[in-house]
Amino acid sequence: MECVGLCDVVLNLGVRNQELARFLASLIGVLLVSGVPLLTVIILILAERKIAARIQDRIGPNRVGPYGLLQTVADLLKLLGKEDITPTAADRILYNAAPIISFGSVVLLWAVIPFMYWNTPEGAANAVVGVNLEIGALFFVAIASLGTLAIMTAGWASNNKYALLGAFRVVALLVSYEIPLVFALVVPVMFAGSMSLVDIVEAQSHMWFVFMAPLAAILFFISSQAETGRAPFDLIEAESELIAGFNIEYSGMKFGMFFAAEFLHVFTNGILMAVLFFGGYLGFFYKAIPPLGFLWLGLKGSLIYFVFLWLRNTVPRLRIDQVMNFNWFFLVPVSIINIMVTSLILKVMQEMGYAPTVFAESSLIGILPLTIVMLLKDAIIIGFILGRLGQEGRKARIEATHAEESLAAAAAGD
Amino acid sequence: MVTKDVITQDEGRVQATWEGDVSQLRGLVSDRAMTGETMLLNMGPHHPSTHGVLRLLLELDGEELITVLPDIGFLHTGIEKSIEDKTYEKGVPLTDRMDYLAPLSNNMVFCMAIEKLVDLDVPERAQIMRVIALEFQRIASHLVWLGTQALDMGAMSVFLYAFREREKILTLFEMLSGQRMMGSYMRPGGVWRDFPEEFYTAAQAFMDDFPRRIEDYELLLKNNPIWIDRTHGIGVLEPDVGLALGVSGPALRASGVNWDIRKAEPYSGYETYDFDVPLGDHGDVYDRYRVRIAELWQSLRILQQAFERLPKEGLFRSENRKFVPPPRSELGGSMEAVIHHFKLWTEGFDAPDDEVYVSIESPRGEIGCYIHGTGGAKPRRVRFKTPSFMHIAAMPAVCGGHMIADLIGIIGSFDFTLGDADR
Repeated sequence: MECVGLCDVVLNLGVRNQELARFLASLIGVLLVSGVPLLTVIILILAERKIAARIQDRIGPNRVGPYGLLQTVADLLKLLGKEDITPTAADRILYNAAPIISFGSVVLLWAVIPFMYWNTPEGAANAVVGVNLEIGALFFVAIASLGTLAIMTAGWASNNKYALLGAFRVVALLVSYEIPLVFALVVPVMFAGSMSLVDIVEAQSHMWFVFMAPLAAILFFISSQAETGRAPFDLIEAESELIAGFNIEYSGMKFGMFFAAEFLHVFTNGILMAVLFFGGYLGFFYKAIPPLGFLWLGLKGSLIYFVFLWLRNTVPRLRIDQVMNFNWFFLVPVSIINIMVTSLILKVMQEMGYAPTVFAESSLIGILPLTIVMLLKDAIIIGFILGRLGQEGRKARIEATHAEESLAAAAAGD
Repeated sequence: MVTKDVITQDEGRVQATWEGDVSQLRGLVSDRAMTGETMLLNMGPHHPSTHGVLRLLLELDGEELITVLPDIGFLHTGIEKSIEDKTYEKGVPLTDRMDYLAPLSNNMVFCMAIEKLVDLDVPERAQIMRVIALEFQRIASHLVWLGTQALDMGAMSVFLYAFREREKILTLFEMLSGQRMMGSYMRPGGVWRDFPEEFYTAAQAFMDDFPRRIEDYELLLKNNPIWIDRTHGIGVLEPDVGLALGVSGPALRASGVNWDIRKAEPYSGYETYDFDVPLGDHGDVYDRYRVRIAELWQSLRILQQAFERLPKEGLFRSENRKFVPPPRSELGGSMEAVIHHFKLWTEGFDAPDDEVYVSIESPRGEIGCYIHGTGGAKPRRVRFKTPSFMHIAAMPAVCGGHMIADLIGIIGSFDFTLGDADR
């Protein structure tokens, strides 16, 4: 938690020593911020399995506890009870460090997420946040690549050919998808004029960025799906190809940490997307009843998470070269064009006085012209892309119908 | 390939290095593998998408395949040898275990070979019943293929949708034979017993529901750009290569070769049904997908016609008591029936010292059965010519130049089962 806020609480509770109070406040803050994701992941795994089951016309886990609520706990106990194997040929230190880095990197992301509104004294953040970094967005990018590093390490240190192939794919996939991810992230940063996630949320108090930059939101969504290695980009672990990919040699809780990290990463990305594009904790009565803001954030994050899951359970997997082509020939150019056009329009409109420089201090009317222009710009770009895609899709369909006709013709001529 | 793990004790810690003697593979893999420039990767025998216990030795340049060497024999069960030690009718349950995704086709070819050997008649009605069972089997087998192929490509939900429908067919088989998978429903001279009353309604309900389900699968895959990207132009099997390698069934028809034994050498009255043989023209994974989906529709057509012409009452098994045991009801009243029953279930029937070969169209392709009788109650030699074996042999010919992810799709599209290949 932001120490300023918590410090006062601790001081009021009767701790006289200022230094002690600061220390206690930090400790409580760390526990709270890391505790939220750790608890969430238990629910998340169950939720994901239940939703996937519904999509696939199954029931899902329903044996352990009411509605299968204790399934994850049972799995956790099972994983803890399993033998902890380190292959003799593995690089011991790296092998054992990788799951910790992987899970740690995801938990670290939560440090910069603003949870709810908090009216604090002058100079402090107006939100409950682990630490209100001035470079919150940059922090996110840096920590996200730490997770990539962990997966690479795991794949390499396992000394297994399948894990190695998985690691190769990670290097190719995650590193290149970070580029459109960062480029999409730049758009809300430009609007808010700050890299702090708290400021980004505050800047959306009159208009969510998703209405001003839908294209950036879509780009962020796609590249964060790739960043977490979920279908159609799940070729890092691709169980039908590489069996388990990078985590093939891991057993017991070490595997469990990778597993939990993946689930948590997806949800964290959902939350981050809510913060960057859907107004974070903003919602009805978020000022009057701050915990409600926490609820709004969770709700928005869960909805985005649900779309991630939906996609995952519907589409097939892409091949590595197709994934790379999609990134370099589609996502990267589009995101670069998007940044250039957005920044140009924003600057011009601000200079001409049609757009506010500080969004949070403006009003709905003040932001409206910019929103309309931005929407128009995104509609043109998206329309252009869809037009191109539509043509290609039609080509594929024509080919498919052609194949079908020849099927029928051959059958009739039989 | 001989490999050895070298474990040495070094400063109290066990150090392990892996040493493989690749020189034995000279000639099978490219020379670049000898220097370690390319990677040799063992895929299987326990790998989730080799559809059983197939082992593939892959030579990889990055992700690109250079050589694919299939290695079979991990599921060898000695079924052909075991049948030599059994009377003819007792061999039928063993054939179930060969191609475990289409047991009824195996029953069928074995029974047809016996019938040809001893010149046993099959009543008209029993032939229609066999066709119904076989076409349900074809749908069930194609559904497993559809599910696993989609799962191999990463589309998880299709797998569960396909298996949902397959379960219904297995329930139908349970009504027929009391067993869901290994029913041994076909017997020499006909089928084991008559269709129970509930089978008719359940089968009709399935046939009414199924077209909607096929459209669902098509909706998820047919025009899906990812699916098209992953299957178009992948694993192209040229028609002449396919013929030379003995590929048959949907895999060969996807290459445009019009060869369906149901049409070419009709059996069990298939010539009287009105159905088409779907053909592809590129011979890639996508065409194999299209052909199999089209076959689902054709199987439905055959089923509808078969149910229309199936009389409610009639023989379901030959009346020839020398080969077919009498029904239970006769045993109480007829001394002759008791003698036949006793003789057939203790000694079996004698078959002439002659050889026969029969082949039918299984869901996977042409399955053939060769039987050499001895003049006694047990065969001298039984051998099956199975499509899976041929399809595995065709793998190296179609995989070159593709990536490891494509290999999985190609394995799926050939739709082999290892029980069928190894027997």
